[in-house]
Amino acid sequence: MPTSAPTMPAARAGSRTPGSRWLQTEAGKGWVTISPPLIYALLLLIGPIIVIVANSFWSQDYLTIDRSFTLENYKAALTEPIYRDLLFRSLFVSVTVAFVTVILAYPVAWFVSFRGGRYKGLWLFIITVPFWSGYLLRILSWKVILGYKGVLNETLLYLGVIAEPLSSLIYNVNAAIITLAHSWAAFAILPLFVSLEKLDRSLLEAAADLGDGPVRRFLRITLPLTAPGIIAALMIVMIPTVGDYVTPKLVGGKDGVMIANAIQVQFGKASNWPLGAALAVSTMVIVTMVAGAIVLLIAGLKRLVK
Amino acid sequence: MTETMTHPSLKADIAPAAATRPMIEIRNVDKVFGNFRALDTLNASIREGEFFSLLGPSGCGKTTLLRMIGGFDEPTSGEILIGGQDMAGKPPNLRPTNMVFQSYAIFPHLNVSENIAYGLKRLKLGRSEEEKRVKEALAQVELSNLGPRMGNQLSGGQRQRVALARALVMRPKVLLLDEPLSALDKNLREQMQVELRHLQRQIGITFVLVTHDQYEALSMSDRIAVMFSGQIAQIAEPKEIYQNPATRKVADFLGGMNFLTASELAVDGRQFRATLPGIGAITGHLSGKEITDPASAIIGIRPERLRIVWEGETADHIVTARVVDRNYYGEMTSLMVAIDGQAEEISVVETNDFGADDIPVGSVIRITYDRDAFIIMQG
Repeated sequence: MPTSAPTMPAARAGSRTPGSRWLQTEAGKGWVTISPPLIYALLLLIGPIIVIVANSFWSQDYLTIDRSFTLENYKAALTEPIYRDLLFRSLFVSVTVAFVTVILAYPVAWFVSFRGGRYKGLWLFIITVPFWSGYLLRILSWKVILGYKGVLNETLLYLGVIAEPLSSLIYNVNAAIITLAHSWAAFAILPLFVSLEKLDRSLLEAAADLGDGPVRRFLRITLPLTAPGIIAALMIVMIPTVGDYVTPKLVGGKDGVMIANAIQVQFGKASNWPLGAALAVSTMVIVTMVAGAIVLLIAGLKRLVK
Repeated sequence: MTETMTHPSLKADIAPAAATRPMIEIRNVDKVFGNFRALDTLNASIREGEFFSLLGPSGCGKTTLLRMIGGFDEPTSGEILIGGQDMAGKPPNLRPTNMVFQSYAIFPHLNVSENIAYGLKRLKLGRSEEEKRVKEALAQVELSNLGPRMGNQLSGGQRQRVALARALVMRPKVLLLDEPLSALDKNLREQMQVELRHLQRQIGITFVLVTHDQYEALSMSDRIAVMFSGQIAQIAEPKEIYQNPATRKVADFLGGMNFLTASELAVDGRQFRATLPGIGAITGHLSGKEITDPASAIIGIRPERLRIVWEGETADHIVTARVVDRNYYGEMTSLMVAIDGQAEEISVVETNDFGADDIPVGSVIRITYDRDAFIIMQG
């Protein structure tokens, strides 16, 4: 820090260095206040991303990493049919899961917000109860439900709906979608609940006063004004789902393998970090674009409602 | 309407002819929330084309009653008729009423024109008719150039006008207004009072206004219903409500009132006689109201109906009083005076033209009253 002029005891308060004076300003105090979480975020969030991006431009040379710049990994990630198929399947699964989850979560959030009355807190608490068990336990319990000799098959057999167990319930994309939709339900309910809570109820009364029945009120007022909550819920579900590799592995079978499984293999058994990194970065960019497209789509739909 | 062209004093002669059949009938309406009785056997009849106000302190049930007329709440018992039709079980979208909400409830995701057109969309009027009506409504509330402005970018006064236009464009039989001016600052509020009154005369539909502001009710209404704790205390024209309140509570709510100690009080037909210690024997008219329980009746006089008798002046009825307190209000002064024999101090309001603001506290002054200024009220 540059120091100015010889310091005299009496003048010390007035002649602070520019740095320490900056610390006294609103902006300076703000930076000081957020610096611990900011440093934490930089180290643990931005740092790994830099490592991944750097890796994606290097190449694996048997046991060592060749640090010369190359685009070969991206070429492989974007053109090899296996990765392209896995990426499209991942996007399809995650977008489907996001929409299915939000469609199922919306009525739950609506009920808690509009009909919860004094028990809103209790309802939210009850919704979180299934999530006290581990992620793996929940996936495994879906295995128990959807399995060849699982709860669903046994029940249908008992009721006489089917003659022999269905083998199409598990180890396919549908099973992965069902399991993921359940896993993320609570994360979709919460942002939807918050946006429904923020909805001024007098707007619905005004809509009723101007001639709208319940369905029109919902479509013209509730839905457009909770669009931010819908977007948040879609993103919260969609983005992590793309990267999920546990669920597809356990219930998805060979048809349910997703891009994250391929990335995991590159970082693990195949030990080709640069290719894994290129797959990860490509996925990240494409997911961002898809997310942006969904946001624009919903914003556009919102403007159509009048 | 011819009404705006007519001298105000002739209005009373014209009003009854224009308002023969009731637009809204409220019959024995009760509303109970849990074990709280919000409305207690209300009866009222609101005429067609009338500006009717529900006036009362917060919690008196006035908003509940308005919401029941609009269909947002159902009465626990009793019935509400609009245009002769029973409204029981009819939701707001099936009633010939529209509401201006206290919060205005402007749709934030729509612009001003879309807000106003909101209710018209369902009527399938066709694009040109719809646009014409929106344009007219915008002009009516003087917002013609704000059509494209978004609902969440409006000032309080603009929101109020949009809410009004949005309701009026539906051409309702009855417009319900739930404290529409309470969120506005004083000058804008006074301007909007005048505008609302003009608008109501111009379009001639029934307005039902809820307010807790007595001056707003007095200046805008054809008739006022004063409500306390779920009951209607009095329904009358503003002048009658102010000059001849039915009960002590009504008198208190509508500006200052001096309540006087009477040593003797008798009601005889439409007349009353009383002896007021320190003031003397007085008489008065019951006017339109009934005194059901003369034993609990009370005599009162408005502060502005008492005058100071200055030195050199004479008057028929002179009362000697001692000044206890003085409050200066700019153009006038309020003096609190004590009169021997009267239990409560009495307030006298005098304009400052003759120096009422210079009367020292503790001095003895002479005051007089108008003979017909005394009012009898149910206690």
